[in-house]
Amino acid sequence: MTVSVDTPPARTAPPPRPRAERRTRLLRRVSPYVYIAPFFTLFAAFGLFPLIYTAYVSLYRVELQTPDQMEWRGLDNYTALLSDSYFWTALRNTFSIGVLSTVPQLLMALGLAHLLNYKLRGRTFLRVAVLLPYATSVAAATLVFAQLFGRDFGLINWVLGLVGLSPVDWQSGTVASQIAVSTIVTWRWTGYNALIYLAGMQSIPGELYEAAQIDGASRWRQFLHVTLPGLRPTILFTVVVSTIGATQLFGEPLLFEGSISGGISHQYQTLGLYMYEQGWGYFHLGRAAAIAWIMFVLILLLVSVNAAVARRRTRKEAVR
Amino acid sequence: MPVARAARHVAIRFGAVALAGALLAACGSSSSGSSSADSADGGKVTLTVDLFGTFGYKEAGLYAEYQKLHPNVTIKESDTENEADYWKALQTRLAGGGGLADVQGVEVGRIASVTQQQADKFEDLSALGAKDLQAQFSQSKWSAATAPDGRVLGLGTDTGPEAICYRSDLFKAAGLPTDRAELAKQWATWDGYLALGKQYAAKAPAKSHWMDSIASLYSVMVGQQKERYYDASGKLIYDSNPAVKTAWNASVKAAQDGLSAKLAQWAPEWNQAFSSGSFATIACPAWMLGYIKGQAADAGKGKWDVAALPGGAGNWGGSYLSIPKGAKHTKEAFDFIKWITAKEQQAKLFTKQGSFPSNLGAIDLVKDVKDPYFSNAPIGTVFGAAAEQAPVQVPGLRDNDVNTQITNALGEVERKGTSSDEAWSHAQKGVKNALG
Repeated sequence: MTVSVDTPPARTAPPPRPRAERRTRLLRRVSPYVYIAPFFTLFAAFGLFPLIYTAYVSLYRVELQTPDQMEWRGLDNYTALLSDSYFWTALRNTFSIGVLSTVPQLLMALGLAHLLNYKLRGRTFLRVAVLLPYATSVAAATLVFAQLFGRDFGLINWVLGLVGLSPVDWQSGTVASQIAVSTIVTWRWTGYNALIYLAGMQSIPGELYEAAQIDGASRWRQFLHVTLPGLRPTILFTVVVSTIGATQLFGEPLLFEGSISGGISHQYQTLGLYMYEQGWGYFHLGRAAAIAWIMFVLILLLVSVNAAVARRRTRKEAVR
Repeated sequence: MPVARAARHVAIRFGAVALAGALLAACGSSSSGSSSADSADGGKVTLTVDLFGTFGYKEAGLYAEYQKLHPNVTIKESDTENEADYWKALQTRLAGGGGLADVQGVEVGRIASVTQQQADKFEDLSALGAKDLQAQFSQSKWSAATAPDGRVLGLGTDTGPEAICYRSDLFKAAGLPTDRAELAKQWATWDGYLALGKQYAAKAPAKSHWMDSIASLYSVMVGQQKERYYDASGKLIYDSNPAVKTAWNASVKAAQDGLSAKLAQWAPEWNQAFSSGSFATIACPAWMLGYIKGQAADAGKGKWDVAALPGGAGNWGGSYLSIPKGAKHTKEAFDFIKWITAKEQQAKLFTKQGSFPSNLGAIDLVKDVKDPYFSNAPIGTVFGAAAEQAPVQVPGLRDNDVNTQITNALGEVERKGTSSDEAWSHAQKGVKNALG
């Protein structure tokens, strides 16, 4: 409001020129920074500062109950993790749950996208329906799946019983529990990835398919040799995003049994959950901060490996 | 002049940015702003009470009664089922200093942590007038909530004298006696209890087991000991305490004999099992009565009964009400907890919900209470005797964390068939990880 009151006089009484020019030049130089300032202020407060402060905390022994007593530990929090078998279990679980959820999820998404790409009746409805699981909250989905996977009264064990199989303890078994957790992740994200693939597929020019058809390529060969190469950047994107998601997996394993340990013997505890257990279950903030940083570095590493692989492929492609 | 004006121009732009920031900040603090206005509004007070498990105040109608006595007070309760989750959230709030309720429940397994580590984060109730109340409570309940420097940090609510709750309909179906006196005689010792379990297993209805989990058997057995995980000097002794080992071994044996329904306590499946009949007995501290009523609801009415505990009296759990520093209505909160821990209210709560009083006057009042839900079992006598004979426990700094690690390991024994030695080493490793 003050702006509208104050500015008119400036217009009615223009100041001497050279000064004005200098001023406008200054303004021009400064104002872009001012415009982007809100984002960077927020980023500094909620992104950068926590990141650096976490690194700082990870060098100390700090307990949530007595945050004012900080004891210098240097890198001990990190070295202790290397000999901590729970940490390695969590890392292994993160990896195996990541593979168990990401691979089938992306494959199914690809297949779904391929189907949705055909001219079907009610195509828009189907496309929206596929996205619905993504719109469900983690908590709601996980609680429903936890019921389905119940040992004594779960629907899945009931169906297994109908087929004549003995019930599976979906909570205690290492493999069984990881499959159960992965199922939730897969259910939530398949549709999302399918839509991204679908968008990618629609940007592949139709002439390529026509040409392939003239050359006598079957539908399957068209998929292999036209669709897949055309989708490469999209696939790379989904792989990167899913990898990051899998590394940070937290809500599903936490709510599956409500156990911060990821089951009675840590059988499906992911890194994110282990960090939570250390920080908010046992109140060891320093250790939790160290785990957070290791996760951060791990994600950077995974993403750069992805990027490197992708770059090599494109270079090969270019040479060919 | 013009320079100054241009500078002002820039300043205005900066100002706009700053204003946007301020608006954001205002959004963040608006919640605290409105609630302080709340209390100023004609003396109306909204008292927030944050609890865990089943305290049963609402169910027993005590809030309604208090609001009738104090028309200016409205009580808002929030409740977390699992105490471990509740404690986590409370610690986060204490560290951050926000989101605290006016009254916070504290479980007896955590009270040592409050008195030893966090005395500065709670109001000293003696300064608010709790000094006169000391005579109402047993010496042990009172002193456990007193910090070394004499500050009183919580008022006792219930205690957890233990008994066995059992399904008399299932007992009948399996041909076992259903009379509580007869049962108490047959399971005077834990061996007797497990032997009856074997009899039950032989004739039990399909999918029905003797007990819910060996974790609850274990917890109730160590509850019979004076010292569990820490000795009186505060040293961690769970590892060398023969009583812990005895309870562990008995629990493992029960699992190997197939007496357990292998449920995880506090998990949804465990909750469902209260009404489905997956288990016939459950080791039950008095507060569990309210939990059973909540889970089994009307379907369980008259099917449950209560008999004395094998192997002597014990205590498992019990709670305190505390006022955190940063509570908005300290005085009103104190008036409320003073009222609700007074003998009349504690007696009423026991009669309706089953939480056994820690107020000595209330214990006298409830001697003859019978509970129609539990087939008119004389719960006043059963739990009264247990409370009288239960050993005065040494509260330890991280009692509940140690207990969780041990019961998790017992879960491995019963659900995954892990050997006793291996599971015990897992428990040791877990305790080290949790406490270190």
